[in-house]
Amino acid sequence: MLTALLLVPLVGGLVVAFAPTRRNPLLTKQLALVVSLAVLVLAVVIAVGYDPGGGMQYVEEISWISAFGTHYALGVDGLGLALVLLTAVLTPIVILAAWNDGDEGRWGTGTYFGFLLGLEALSLGVFAATDVFLFYVLFEATLIPTYFLIGGWGGPDRARAAAKLLIYNLLGGLVMLVAVIGLYVESAKAGTPSYLLSDLSNLDLSTGVERWLFVGFFIAFAIKAPMFPVHTWLPDATQQGTPGVSVMLVSILDKIGTFGMLRYCLGIFPDASQWATPVVIVLALISILYGALVAIGQDDMMRLIGLTSVSHFGFIVIGIFVFNSQGQSGSTLYMVNHGISTAALFLVAGFLVKRRRSQLISDYGGVEKVAPVLAGFLLLSGLSVLSLPGMATFVSELLVLVGAWVEHPWIAIVAVPGIVLAAVYVLRMYQRTMTGPVAPGVEVVTDLRPREVVAAVPLIVLLVVLGFYPKPLLDVIDPYVQDTLSHVGKADPAPAVGSAPESRADSAGSDQ
Amino acid sequence: MTAALTSALTSVVPTEVPVVDPSSADGVLGLLWLVIALPVLGALVLLVGGRRTNAWGPGLATGLVFGSFGLGVAMFVEILSRSEDDRQVGQHLWTWISAGQWQVGADLLYDPLSALFVLLITGVGGLIHVYSLGYMEHDARKRRFFGYLNLFVAAMLVLVLAADYVGTFLGWEGVGLASYLLIGFWQHKPSAAAAAKKAFVINRVGDFGMALGVGLIFATFGTTSFAGVSEAAGRASDGALIAIGFLLLLAACGKSAQFPLQAWLLDAMEGPTPVSALIHAATMVTAGVYLIVRSNFIFELAPAARTGVIVIGCITLLYGAVIGCAKDDIKKVLAGSTMSQIGYMVLASGLGVAGYAFAIFHLLTHGFFKANMFLGAGSTMHGTDDDVDMRHYGLLRKAMPVTFLTFAMGYLAIIGFPGFSGFWSKDKIIETAFAQNPVAGACALVGAGVTGFYMTRLMLMTFFGKERWEPDVHPHESPRTMTVPLVVLAALSVLGGVLLLGDWIVDFLAPVVGEHEEEHLAISPLAFSAIAVVVVAVGVVVAWLTVGRRDVPREAPQDVSFVTRAARNELYGNEVNDALVVTPTMRTITALDAADGRAVDGAAEGVARSVGGLSAVSRRLQNGYVRSYAVALLAGAALVVAALLVVNL
Amino acid sequence: MDTTPFIVLSAILFSIGAVGVLVRRNAIVIFMCVELMLNAGNLALITFARANGDLDGQIAAFFVMVVAAAEVVVGLAIIMTIFRTRRSASVDDASLLKY
Repeated sequence: MLTALLLVPLVGGLVVAFAPTRRNPLLTKQLALVVSLAVLVLAVVIAVGYDPGGGMQYVEEISWISAFGTHYALGVDGLGLALVLLTAVLTPIVILAAWNDGDEGRWGTGTYFGFLLGLEALSLGVFAATDVFLFYVLFEATLIPTYFLIGGWGGPDRARAAAKLLIYNLLGGLVMLVAVIGLYVESAKAGTPSYLLSDLSNLDLSTGVERWLFVGFFIAFAIKAPMFPVHTWLPDATQQGTPGVSVMLVSILDKIGTFGMLRYCLGIFPDASQWATPVVIVLALISILYGALVAIGQDDMMRLIGLTSVSHFGFIVIGIFVFNSQGQSGSTLYMVNHGISTAALFLVAGFLVKRRRSQLISDYGGVEKVAPVLAGFLLLSGLSVLSLPGMATFVSELLVLVGAWVEHPWIAIVAVPGIVLAAVYVLRMYQRTMTGPVAPGVEVVTDLRPREVVAAVPLIVLLVVLGFYPKPLLDVIDPYVQDTLSHVGKADPAPAVGSAPESRADSAGSDQ
Repeated sequence: MTAALTSALTSVVPTEVPVVDPSSADGVLGLLWLVIALPVLGALVLLVGGRRTNAWGPGLATGLVFGSFGLGVAMFVEILSRSEDDRQVGQHLWTWISAGQWQVGADLLYDPLSALFVLLITGVGGLIHVYSLGYMEHDARKRRFFGYLNLFVAAMLVLVLAADYVGTFLGWEGVGLASYLLIGFWQHKPSAAAAAKKAFVINRVGDFGMALGVGLIFATFGTTSFAGVSEAAGRASDGALIAIGFLLLLAACGKSAQFPLQAWLLDAMEGPTPVSALIHAATMVTAGVYLIVRSNFIFELAPAARTGVIVIGCITLLYGAVIGCAKDDIKKVLAGSTMSQIGYMVLASGLGVAGYAFAIFHLLTHGFFKANMFLGAGSTMHGTDDDVDMRHYGLLRKAMPVTFLTFAMGYLAIIGFPGFSGFWSKDKIIETAFAQNPVAGACALVGAGVTGFYMTRLMLMTFFGKERWEPDVHPHESPRTMTVPLVVLAALSVLGGVLLLGDWIVDFLAPVVGEHEEEHLAISPLAFSAIAVVVVAVGVVVAWLTVGRRDVPREAPQDVSFVTRAARNELYGNEVNDALVVTPTMRTITALDAADGRAVDGAAEGVARSVGGLSAVSRRLQNGYVRSYAVALLAGAALVVAALLVVNL
Repeated sequence: MDTTPFIVLSAILFSIGAVGVLVRRNAIVIFMCVELMLNAGNLALITFARANGDLDGQIAAFFVMVVAAAEVVVGLAIIMTIFRTRRSASVDDASLLKY
């Protein structure tokens, strides 16, 4: 089942890129959309068949290189399922929203959508892999389509941005490769070498080795996520890339970083993860405030949105490393919600940029007057980015903050100004682009076309529905989080006030 | 002052607090969800439906709010018929958040406190909808305005009906969003857009307290529902309770425009006047008071936090009153007055069991008379081509008799003219404050005198004196849709005091806030009321002497004392914010932005550049001469041989 | 068997070849010097093979010869081409392949 999920977009991508239909852009786009919708259907079927009780499901396992103990092994748990669904939902929306983005690039439309679908296939593989080696290979492979997508379509300085992205992530990947090889050595020492996650998570590592290997994995994930101070590739990439590619990059690929921290860092190196917690939390707190502050200072919308993600990833990382149910459930939910809300903001801002042909906030003003629907969507997606209650992002952010408070009040106190700054950067952008008198050059901005509305509406609806009824996702996530916590050996602290002693409850009850 | 207050208060700490223990909803109370659902439906239809609903949308929105009001009345009658112990009703809709042991339900709680709020919100809200039908008649985006209004009503109802701090938080931010949308409703004006953003951001600073408060409440109690927290409050440590109290107070300061987060309220007057009446006078800004009263089980056990509440209330009631004295913009005078009156409510809610009921009482009467006066101000603006400067009014009582008469009722109520609603409610607060603490009582009494001054000044400048409007302005009375709500609200302003008959409101709220203890003043209540009236009369007379007897210049005089100038500038609140927060933050942002490019990114790119530089030097070795390559080869081979020899030796 | 004379001869031949490669400019001469060095190596290989009494060294020498022959084919062809285009067989003239 999971193999089919990976093969459909992979084969579909190849067909889109190389089949004779590539000479007809419209047919190419329609084909790409159909393929991505098929993936969505498959993903929904998988989700429906998933037993919310938890554990790895839909497991497939074939020995690959037995000498190294590598396997072609797939499976989804609560975390994997959430991210697989996110990927499957976002890709058709991106294809629909980026309908014409592929036409003006270095290569043809077919190549653009072929790469997009290929990227989807690889991302799905990353989220479904249960073998560290397979994960590593797919993790690095995602860079290939990303590199070409940013280098081939986008702003004037895109080649540089693409090279920067590649070098940063490759560096992280190579550090991780060393750790992956180290894992092989350790696992061979313990008996037969195996890269299966289930085997590795029970591996008995000496403290020193465990810490070194943890650092190797963590650096790669921190670059991917991205965290301060290795975040600078992201704003450049989102500034230069087309909005659709930025969505794939920020909403899906960057999640691999936090996904990896949760599944691999905590799964294989539970003790080292707790050892590193203070440093990780401090870096995450810096990311939150730093990303938000720098975002306020930007004039380029796409760069601004990219930087807001640095801030949000800080929240996700904090939730992971406070080691309690609220924090980790919140983080997992945050990954999904952040994916949707940032996608909405990127795409709607992209619609705006495409009309006026400028990404600079200072070139806009009064758009609300000429394009009220566009303004409405920008406001809604902006509100979800600033985690307004009622939007899905609020639930996850509140869970993370509460989890942080339970772990240590100061973490929450330092992190919370991030929500004030979020209001500033979102509303500042909205105020300067949408309100006030109509700026010169903005008259050309037309309101959203039906295609664009169709692309944006599902995201907004999802955000609102998940804001009021996140239970289906939380039900899937909760067992996973409990498993992780028990694996790490941490239990939720009891509240300061325990359950009521009988006599006390009686006297309190009779008080009124 | 703080020390004095603390010592005065620590003596009266009860150890038991009222517990929220709702029975499940049935009968008409089972329709509790519908109270919220109706305006939600209205907002959805109007905002999603688009232009198609232009014709009938505003009417529908108004009808839906009255539908909620009808339900509210039915439910109010229902709980009145029940015994006192049976007046708390809960309704579980669905499980909202569940993570680990934290369960947050989408739960509603209907008790005497929320019952009063539901009536206020839907009742005054409905009247303001009707008023808006006339006021926004010619606005091209009228439908959207009504959509936002319905959204606001829905969010405010969520705020007061939620049975969990997280649910309250949802409504809390929902009203913030509606307020943002409505302040910036005329967003083609940059000042309106800026005011909207300012309001939202300052409110977010308050949310800082709310978010952390929720975190601390969960960490302390393992639950965030009112029922769970009130049940366990007695067992929590003092430190935790005080911290929760102060965090909730911070949240209340943001929403209720209390010092030091007061700066947004005056700018918020950029919004259409019905919005100022509904959101920035009658309902939303009182949410902070609601939060404190609702959390009485926390504040009762944390006297230090209650002291904080009293201090904030005293500062703000004087702060707002001083601003009200110097402003020439009629809406800003009323905004300053709102700030001041909410200061009274906050003060009362800080007084503990004795004060909660009076805080809510004043909140209700203030909701009536302030909404009345704001709508009256809107009516005068409507009649004078949207001029807000009182120096351009004068003698409007001739041109707009209905507006004048209704406004006068509100005026008499707010200054506390004996018999009018404000007299009863404010008098009770001042009296209770004196009983607990002379300093707070004195503040409240002085504030009453200042209120008499600035409201009389407003009346005199607007409705009396000489005609000062522009020649091409022809003041006229407003249409029926606007005057009828004015009349209704004027009647409520006069009669609001009946709620106190036989201490009805105190007894009614007792299940929520606890039994009221008798306060004993050294002098009889009647004599005390007389003193309060005299103080107010002094304020009125001073206003008559300084404003009423002379001609009012059309331009504000510039050669004024330092005090007046400070009051005109809102006591430099914005300047202080700029100097302490905004400017340093913007500087940090500029510095960080530069550092991000040069230092953080520069470090990474610097590594790349130095590798490139090294390569540029080392590539010189490739000079193209075979001989030099051969020498290098030979030298290398010799080196390897030598190394081998050395190692072997 | 005393291998010293053979080794010394091999070393002398190698040195002559090495010096020749370094100091001469004519490509043909350099080429011949390279061959001389290869053959010095061959001589050493065969000497040690003889001294150890096995065939390993001789086989290696065969490989060297084959490689040398292949080298001659490719190398001479390159030298011929360079000579045709530049009218010179000096290696210093063919210095275009640089930074």
